[in-house]
Amino acid sequence: MLETFGHLPVAWLLFAVLAAAGFVSFFAGRTEAVLVGRGASERLNSQPNYHGYFVAMATVGPAALILVLYGLFGESIVRAELANELPQRIRDLGSLELGQYLDRIAEHAARSDASSTGNALFDAASARYTDLLGLSRIIALVLALSAAALGFFFAKRRLSTQFRARARVEDGIKIMLFLCAAIAIATTIGIVASLFFEALRFFSRVPVLSFLFGTEWNAQTGADFGAIPLFFGTFMIAALAMLVAAPIGLLSAIYLSEYASPRFRGIVKPILELLAGIPTVVYGFFALQFVAPLVRNIATWINGLPVVPDGLLAAQPTSALAAGIVMGIMIIPFVSSLSDDVINAVPQTLRDGAYAIGATKSETVKQVVMPAALPGVIAALLLAVSRAIGETMIVVMAAGQRAQITPDPTADLTTITVQIVALLTGDTEFDSAKTLSAFALGFVLFIVTLVFNLIALRVVQKYREKYE
Amino acid sequence: MDGNVEDFTETTTPRQAENMAEMIKVDCRNIDVFYDDKQAIFDVSLPIQDRAVTSLIGPSGCGKSTFLRCINRMNDTIEIAKVRGKIYMDGADINDHSIDPVLLRSRVGMVFQKPNPFPKSIYDNIAYGPRIHGLAAGKHELDGIVESALIKAGLWDEVKDRLTAPGTSLSGGQQQRLCIARAIAVSPEVILMDEPCSALDPIATARIEELIDELRERYCIVIVTHSMQQAARVSQRTAFFHLGKLVEYGDTERIFTNPEDSRTQDYITGRFG
Repeated sequence: MLETFGHLPVAWLLFAVLAAAGFVSFFAGRTEAVLVGRGASERLNSQPNYHGYFVAMATVGPAALILVLYGLFGESIVRAELANELPQRIRDLGSLELGQYLDRIAEHAARSDASSTGNALFDAASARYTDLLGLSRIIALVLALSAAALGFFFAKRRLSTQFRARARVEDGIKIMLFLCAAIAIATTIGIVASLFFEALRFFSRVPVLSFLFGTEWNAQTGADFGAIPLFFGTFMIAALAMLVAAPIGLLSAIYLSEYASPRFRGIVKPILELLAGIPTVVYGFFALQFVAPLVRNIATWINGLPVVPDGLLAAQPTSALAAGIVMGIMIIPFVSSLSDDVINAVPQTLRDGAYAIGATKSETVKQVVMPAALPGVIAALLLAVSRAIGETMIVVMAAGQRAQITPDPTADLTTITVQIVALLTGDTEFDSAKTLSAFALGFVLFIVTLVFNLIALRVVQKYREKYE
Repeated sequence: MDGNVEDFTETTTPRQAENMAEMIKVDCRNIDVFYDDKQAIFDVSLPIQDRAVTSLIGPSGCGKSTFLRCINRMNDTIEIAKVRGKIYMDGADINDHSIDPVLLRSRVGMVFQKPNPFPKSIYDNIAYGPRIHGLAAGKHELDGIVESALIKAGLWDEVKDRLTAPGTSLSGGQQQRLCIARAIAVSPEVILMDEPCSALDPIATARIEELIDELRERYCIVIVTHSMQQAARVSQRTAFFHLGKLVEYGDTERIFTNPEDSRTQDYITGRFG
């Protein structure tokens, strides 16, 4: 009940009602303020519009808050209440089974053609659930509407010539903006905390040191959790990617910012940035279909050379090199676009100074512009590295699954991200060391990229201090 | 070079020829500068004396900086700028195809409005020019060049103990003297200064002005300035620009005491500009 009103879902209707209440209270507040101002000998402290905004805010704000809180916690309260009413034998099932039982009740109750299942207890519980949910909705609605009414009347009573409506409204806006920022931060903290606590559970089964420094990884069998081969694979592929991306990205940034005509730059820079917009799965495809076979063929050819000892290169169908090359192509725009920005930010006066003592263009770029841009360029490279370390799809498709430590780039390697995907896809139970190890890996990955990003941020800040 | 002077006197008005000293270092004739279609300089002819300070004054946007940048071909680095006319330095046309602008700029130093030390140490800031031009045979000689440039710029005593400190760590006035030292280090013949004191406080300004007066002994100096007092203090010759045209050119003393053109009169008495 109370799911829809006519054909409209009740949530939409509520939204409309709140918006209408906002409008009405705004005009009411403004009119009131005008009347107050007209009768008084002194001027209104704030413009009538601000009185209107204040009344609207006081009307809509509390009601919206109540509805949001209900949206977040309403169902859990109903479920807790229902669980309390269930017979003791079901409540003794344990939190996991009880939760699944309640899920089934909610699912059944939500079905519009809810028919009897033959299980008397289940049917009764389902009906009770529907009732409780409807009751909770009515309570929330009544609470919201009375909050709106109360807010409206108290706000209207406060209107007077001395009332600092503008200041109050701006306080309200400030609080709203703060809440938005707080949500983003709270989400981040939540993600980190969930990673952290799951990782702690993992480390209660597997010692931290044997995870961080073990050299054998056999997570699928639940036998070995030494992550060194994964760290090795991750950094090997990231390093190969940087070998591709750093020179190409940097040199193209120098060309674009120092040599290209503005028109050419205006066309080419967006195209280069387009590389960043290609979905990584498409890159993965490219790596798997084109680059990996190419790497393998070349490796096989090198193996066949007379001077090369037989089987020098592994020449696997998927390889670190293939993944690294394609990942390098993918992060070129990260390097080039950011570097181009910092090179452009080098003041023209420095270039003029170099030209004025007879430096050539290349001397100016090499010895004056690049040293000045270096901190920013380093930051760009660090951001690209952290992107490479966290990249998943390309390595899942083209790097392979084997956890091994080998300097041979044509061998197949596995990375942290590949293993996380492998551990968490398919049928998993969330209580085994195997699954939990994914969280530990995720936590390590998070720490590493965080450190890279922090260093990059620090470097960029230092650079800013210098030229502003 | 003598022939050059005669050339010049034939084509100038009596007003411009008055008190003409014997040595003309840079001889600009009929210079027009365009930015795209907009003309910034109109037919300016200006003979610049050696071992003297010539100041270019005039209201903002009158083209004096643009004109200055013609002399070391810095306008080449601006794509839309076009320069027409002839500039002779010691009788040679600097816009001639046989002249490399890079080499020209080692003979014509420039100091900018805002101090712009390179992101390098004090030592490397000065040594940069001599290094790229291969002026020093070894480390020892380079040390000598750096020291003498810093001495000439009056900065040696203040920085001799911290030559490895970054150039940007100096105060504004010191940075500007560092830039002057940097220009001197490549032994130029002409030094162009584009409002060198506009970002400095009065004390630092006085120090730079003293320096300019000392440098006059050895170099041909052209200075763009917004301050008429500065022009009167440091320069021997003054050129007044207005709306891209050269209005009046002559001995500084005469320009400031007895200008011929009413616009010059109005400008130096503060009626506009």
